[in-house]
Amino acid sequence: MSMRGLFGFLLAAAMTLMAGAASAHPHVWITATSELLYAADGSITGVRHAWTFDDMFSAYAVQGLESKTKGAYTREELGSLAQTNVESLREYAYFTFARADGKKERFQEPVDYFLDYKDTVLTLHFTLPLKAPAKPKQLVLEVFDRSFFIDFQMAKDNPVKLVGAPAGCQMKLERPNDGTASAQKLNEQTFLNGENSNFGMMFANKITVDCP
Amino acid sequence: MKPQLSRFARGLLTCVAALLVVSVADAALHDLLAQNPFGAPRPAQAAEPEASGLIGWLLSKQSEFYRQMSATIRAAKSDGSAVWTLLFISFAYGIFHAAGPGHGKAVIASYLVANRETARRGIVLSFASALMQSLVAILIVGVSAWLLNATAKTMCKAEGAIEIASYGLIGLFGLRLVWVKGGAFIRALQAAHPVPAIAGMPHDHHDHDHHHHHDAHDHHGHAHHHHDHGHAHHHGHDHVHDEHCGHSHGPTPSELAGPGGWRRGFAAILTVGIRPCSGAILVLVFALAQGLFWAGIAATFLMGLGTAITVAAIAIVAVSAKDIAARLSGARDGSGALFMRGIEFGAAGLVLLFGVGLLFGYIAAERTTCF
Repeated sequence: MSMRGLFGFLLAAAMTLMAGAASAHPHVWITATSELLYAADGSITGVRHAWTFDDMFSAYAVQGLESKTKGAYTREELGSLAQTNVESLREYAYFTFARADGKKERFQEPVDYFLDYKDTVLTLHFTLPLKAPAKPKQLVLEVFDRSFFIDFQMAKDNPVKLVGAPAGCQMKLERPNDGTASAQKLNEQTFLNGENSNFGMMFANKITVDCP
Repeated sequence: MKPQLSRFARGLLTCVAALLVVSVADAALHDLLAQNPFGAPRPAQAAEPEASGLIGWLLSKQSEFYRQMSATIRAAKSDGSAVWTLLFISFAYGIFHAAGPGHGKAVIASYLVANRETARRGIVLSFASALMQSLVAILIVGVSAWLLNATAKTMCKAEGAIEIASYGLIGLFGLRLVWVKGGAFIRALQAAHPVPAIAGMPHDHHDHDHHHHHDAHDHHGHAHHHHDHGHAHHHGHDHVHDEHCGHSHGPTPSELAGPGGWRRGFAAILTVGIRPCSGAILVLVFALAQGLFWAGIAATFLMGLGTAITVAAIAIVAVSAKDIAARLSGARDGSGALFMRGIEFGAAGLVLLFGVGLLFGYIAAERTTCF
């Protein structure tokens, strides 16, 4: 047995492992802002999202659409695309996952949806009403794509707004680790303790609201 | 008998090779179990651990290059020299991006291992399938977006249809390999544990006739059936032809040069290459929207070149690893040959697994998301 042979084997093993794991990277980037909507009695009724796509995907999405002015699209001209968007998003549960005091909450079909086109990027606005309004002590809302085809980032400024929330409610936003952070953590510990290995979770935006 | 050390080394290598196969299977299963996009996505807390920091780094590198593309294409509108940057980025992106079953790397590697191909053929297959992938992407965008001015919805549907077709092809291709390799494995199994002579011998002889008869027609199976025959034959009779039964070498040059050899390879190219990369399509449409379609085409080819280099490197490693395994697992005895048949059968099974997993959405990698 030569050293070269052994080396070849180890290399092959390493590469096959990588081949299995590194399966996808994002093709679409979304910058999101979210509003949590509250009723007068303090229960949460739904979420209103505004998702701004990256310019590459925006150019792709408007390809072939008719518009009166070249390079500009009105809300009406984008109407059918917006409808396609929200209909397609259903399959992915709108990339929005809510838990009220640990219990999974479901959403109804989106309402009040439209697209606007500004500075060559598209923004999708839509409201997701909860199936049943909830009044939890703690609400956890996560926005992410597990398959990581889409990379969700909450906006830098005012990413989350509580609309009509009872006084005393505290909002906390945990942003996902980005690649640079994980690269810095790359050492033996990374592989030993497995803390950093929960890849899907690395890209979740986690909004937590605690109410008295 | 061999010295003790050599036996130990052989045993060790056998273990390493087995480990390698297990790791491939594990990676495949990992992907298989990761998600079912056709059902409701799993809640966040149930997310499977998927990858480590190294993978995160690889992914972030890809993302980095990919994200620079749109800005570079924009820049190229006013500054022609930005095109060079675009080409470099595309090339680098291709190298980093050539990962995941969707890009056929795993399929090509498994195919090469299953079929005892040479490294040289692995390289040719890698480049040919990457070239085809680029051409399909250019064709889709060129015809639907540029000529027909179709909408993204239409394009995405076309992409989705091609995707399903390509996954189906991988599945069929895998099924074919499993059929051929499974037969070889079972025959090796029978030869390694000889059943009572009455049952075993006529069976081997039957195979012998059968496959020779077929050789004239079935180019795909030619090399293997021939070897299988040799193997079974040898176990039925004597040990003189041992050297030819180990299959530690790839096909002979004459087999490669023959029309059947390349036809077999063509199936692999078609299977892997028919599915375009979503990234390339986005880049092409974006370039078209900027009035720089030719720059998008150039970028797509450079992406393909980068992809080909990575896939070729992995193909070489896969083939060499298998050759070493063949040499060290002892091509000289029945159990060694059985071991190699087992590896080939496993690799064939992997191709099938990838096809089925991709087709039914158990592998979420590079899934086209239309919305």
